Amino acid sequence: MTTSSSAGQSRRDFLFVATGAVAAVGAAAAAWPLVAQLNPDASTVAAGAPIEVDLSPIAEGQDIKVFWRGKPIFISHRTKKQIEEARNVNVASLPDPQPDSARVKEGHDQWLVVIGICTHLGCVPIAHEGAYDGFFCPCHGSVYDTSGRIRQGPAPSNLPVPPYAFISDSKIKIG
Amino acid sequence: MSGPSTFQPKNPVLKWIERRLPIFGLVHSSFVAYPTPRNLNYWWTFGGILSFMLGVQIVTGVILAMHYTPHADLAFNSVEAIVRDVDYGWLLRYLHSNGASMFFIAVYIHMLRGLYYGSYKEPREILWILGVIIYLLMMATGFMGYVLPWGQMSFWGATVITNLFSAIPYFGESIVTLLWGGYSVGNPTLNRFFSLHYLLPFVIAGVVVLHVWALHVAGQNNPAGVEPKSSKDTVPFTPYATIKDGFGLACFILFYFWFVFYIPNYLGDPDNYIPANPGVTPPHIVPEWYYLPFYAILRSIPDKLAGVVAMFSAILVLAFLPWLDSAKTRSMRYRPLAKQCFWIFVGVCLGLGYLGAKPPEGVYVIAGRILTACYFAYFLIVLPILSRIEKPRAVPNSIADDVLGKKKSVVASALAVIGVAGLLALDSGSTARASDHGSTPPSMSWSFAGPFGKFDQGQLQRGYKVYKEVCAACHSMNLVHYRNLTDPGGPGLSIAQAEALAAEIQVKDGPNDAGDMFERPGRIADKFPSPFPNENAARAANGGAAPPDLSLMAKARGYERGFPQFIFDAFTQFQEKGPNYIHALLTGFEDTPPEGFKLPDGSTYNRYFPGHAMKMPNVLSDDQVTYDDGAPQNVDQYAKDVAAFLMWAAEPKLEERKRLGFQVMIFMVILAGLLYFTKRAVWADAH
Ligand code: FES
Repeated sequence: MTTSSSAGQSRRDFLFVATGAVAAVGAAAAAWPLVAQLNPDASTVAAGAPIEVDLSPIAEGQDIKVFWRGKPIFISHRTKKQIEEARNVNVASLPDPQPDSARVKEGHDQWLVVIGICTHLGCVPIAHEGAYDGFFCPCHGSVYDTSGRIRQGPAPSNLPVPPYAFISDSKIKIG
Repeated sequence: MSGPSTFQPKNPVLKWIERRLPIFGLVHSSFVAYPTPRNLNYWWTFGGILSFMLGVQIVTGVILAMHYTPHADLAFNSVEAIVRDVDYGWLLRYLHSNGASMFFIAVYIHMLRGLYYGSYKEPREILWILGVIIYLLMMATGFMGYVLPWGQMSFWGATVITNLFSAIPYFGESIVTLLWGGYSVGNPTLNRFFSLHYLLPFVIAGVVVLHVWALHVAGQNNPAGVEPKSSKDTVPFTPYATIKDGFGLACFILFYFWFVFYIPNYLGDPDNYIPANPGVTPPHIVPEWYYLPFYAILRSIPDKLAGVVAMFSAILVLAFLPWLDSAKTRSMRYRPLAKQCFWIFVGVCLGLGYLGAKPPEGVYVIAGRILTACYFAYFLIVLPILSRIEKPRAVPNSIADDVLGKKKSVVASALAVIGVAGLLALDSGSTARASDHGSTPPSMSWSFAGPFGKFDQGQLQRGYKVYKEVCAACHSMNLVHYRNLTDPGGPGLSIAQAEALAAEIQVKDGPNDAGDMFERPGRIADKFPSPFPNENAARAANGGAAPPDLSLMAKARGYERGFPQFIFDAFTQFQEKGPNYIHALLTGFEDTPPEGFKLPDGSTYNRYFPGHAMKMPNVLSDDQVTYDDGAPQNVDQYAKDVAAFLMWAAEPKLEERKRLGFQVMIFMVILAGLLYFTKRAVWADAH
C-alpha cells in the first residue's frame, strides 16, 4: 500500500462524508413509507364520515348506544330528575370541573351525548348504574354522574363529548 | 465465522458483552476483518445483492401481511385495497412483486457465476449444496406468494403445480388432496400457502446463515480459481468489499426501481388482474418467468410422471455438480472448451425459458425436447467428459499475479449482459398471449404514457360521463368509490360534486334496528354500483355472459406484443396495452363479418376480440353522450375517453407513482455516483 498525499486525503474524507450522508438520507426516506402505511387507510377514513342519528324513538329515561369511528357513543334522553341532579352540583368540587351546560347543546338539555369510553383505561361504562345514577365503569370502579362527569374512582376526567350538532329537533349529526 | 476472534474491544461495555456473547467479534471477523481475494469482479457482488433482496422481501412482505386477508372471497380485493387505499400501499406491493423477479435475476447470475468459476469445487461442496437448497426454498416461496393475490393465474397456477404430485404412482391423488385440503384448490389451500409463504423466508434466512458460514470457513472463490497464499492476495472485507458491493448494489437498485416505478406490471401476467374463477381456465397457463425453463422441461416429456421427474431432476442435478465436474482447474477462464460449453449452456437455458412461454405445439415441442436433452447433457455428459479430456491453460501462481497480469474479458462480460437482458426478455405475460387474436390494436398516444405521464383531467371527466351514461347500464365498478373522484391525480372533482353524484344512486343498506334492509341515497364512501342485484341476474339479462366488472379492465387485458417488441417495451416503459385494447374493441365492431365467418346468434363481429364473436353489442354511436367542453362527440373520442378513465380506475395512483419514481431515480443516480468515486478512492490504495 502506498501513502497518499494530504490533498488526496481530504478529498477522500469529503467523499466518505458525502456518501455516508446521502446514504443516510436515503435510508431515512426509505423508512417513511414503511411507517406511513400504519395510518388508517383511505376506506377507513371515508368510513369515519359523520353519521346521522334519529332521536325520536328514544323515550325519556332511555339511552341508546351508536357507533362512530369504532367508538360507542351513548345518547341518553335524560329525565327531569336527572337534569336536576346534574345541575345541582357545586361545579368547583368536581375532579374535572365542568358545568352541565357546557356538556349539552343549548335548548336540548334532555339529550346527553358522550363517547362511552372510560377515561381511565378505556373500558365501556354501564349506563344507569353507580351512586350518581349516571355511568359506572366495572373495570376499576369509576363512577360518572348524569352529565357524564367523573365523580369517584381512578378516571381523571369526564366522559368526552363528541363533535355533534342538531340538524332538527329530533335528529343529530355526529362528527 | 471461523476460529476465535482477534477483535479486542476497548469500551468497557463492549468488553463486558464480548466476554459473555462474542457477537461483536463475530461481526468484526465476518464482515470487517474477513480477508477477501483482491481480484473479485462485480459478479461477486450478487451475493450481497441477494442478502439485500431477501431483506427487502421480508420487510415489505411482513408489512403487506398486515393488510392482506388470506380468504378465498376476500384475498383479491384486499390486495387491491392495499394498492388503492393504504398509504404507499402501491409502492410496497410493487416493491414486493417486482422484488421477487429481482431476487431470481440475482440468484441466476449468482448461480451462473458459481458455475463459470467453479465455486462448487472442493472445498466448497457443502456451500454449493446449501445454495441449491436455498434455491429450492426460493422456488417454493415464490410460487406460493404468486398464489396469494388469488387472480386467475394464481388459481390455475396453483391447480397445475399441485397436480404435478398426482403423477406419483399409487398415492398421487391422495397427496394432491392432502396438499389442497379439499376437493380442489380453495380456501384451505390459500390459508396454508399464506402461512408457508410467511414462514419459508425465515427458513431461507436460516439456510443463508449456514451458506455464509460455510463460505467463511472455506473462503471466497475468485475469478482465478486459486486459493489466497499470502496477505498480498487479499484485502480486508471492510472497506474494500463493502464499498464495492455498495456501488454494485446501488446500480442494481436503479435497475430494480426502473421496474417498480415505471413498468410495475411488465413482468406479471394481465390475467392475474382477473379474480380467480374455478369455472374458466385462461387460454395459456404460464408460470412466472423465472420458472419457465423448468416448465419447458416438464412439457417436453410426453409422459406425466417422467415429465415431473425430469423437471425436479433439472434442479437436483445441480447438487451433484461437484462430483460430475472433476476437473482440477476451477475457473473456466483457463478451460477454453468448458468455457464455450458454458455459454452454450446459458443459451440453452434462455432457449428453454423462451419455449416455456410459448404454447406447447408444433416446432416448439421439438425444440423443447432438443434443448431439454442439451440441458441434461451439459451436466451428465459434457462436464464429466471435459474434466477428463480437457487440457486447461496454466493458472496464475497467485491472486496477486492474476491482478497484475489482468486483461479485461470484455467479450464474456458483454455476452453475460446480453444473457441477462435475454432472461428479462422472457416476459411470460406478453409472449404467451393467445395466438387467436385477430388484428393487433393500434398504439394510441396517451397523456399518461411515459415517465412524466399525467392523466388529462378533462378526459377523465368525459370518460366518467361515458361510463355513467353507457357502460354503467351493464357493468359495475366494484373497486372504485365516489370519493376516488376527488383523489389527487384523478378526475379532480370537488367533494361537493362527488357527493352530488353519489346522492343520485340508491344504496341498499341495513339491517336497521328493526332488522330490515332499507334504501338510502349514496354517500361518497360508496362504490360505483352494479346495475344487477347479483351475478346470475346479470347473466340472465345478457344472454348468459355476465358483463365483467370494469375496475381493473385496463390492467386485466393485454395482447401479444411479440418478440422483440416486448424487449423494447421495457426500455420505452410501454404499458398501454390495456387502454389500446379497450379503445380498439370499442371501435372495432363491424356490421358485416368477413366472407366465410359464421357469427353465432346473439353475437356481434369485432375485429379485435379474440375469436371475433363478441356477446357485447356495439353500444357507442356518434352524438350519444353530450360533452360540455367542446370535445368531438364521436365514437372514437368516446372510446378514447372511457379507455383513459378505465386506466385511471385500474391504477388511481399512477401519477403519484411516476412522480415519486422520478425523485427516487435522481437520488439513486447521485448516490451511485458518490459510491463509485468513494470506491475508487478506497481501492486506490489496494493496487
Ligand atoms: S377503565 Fe374504567 S375504571 Fe379503569
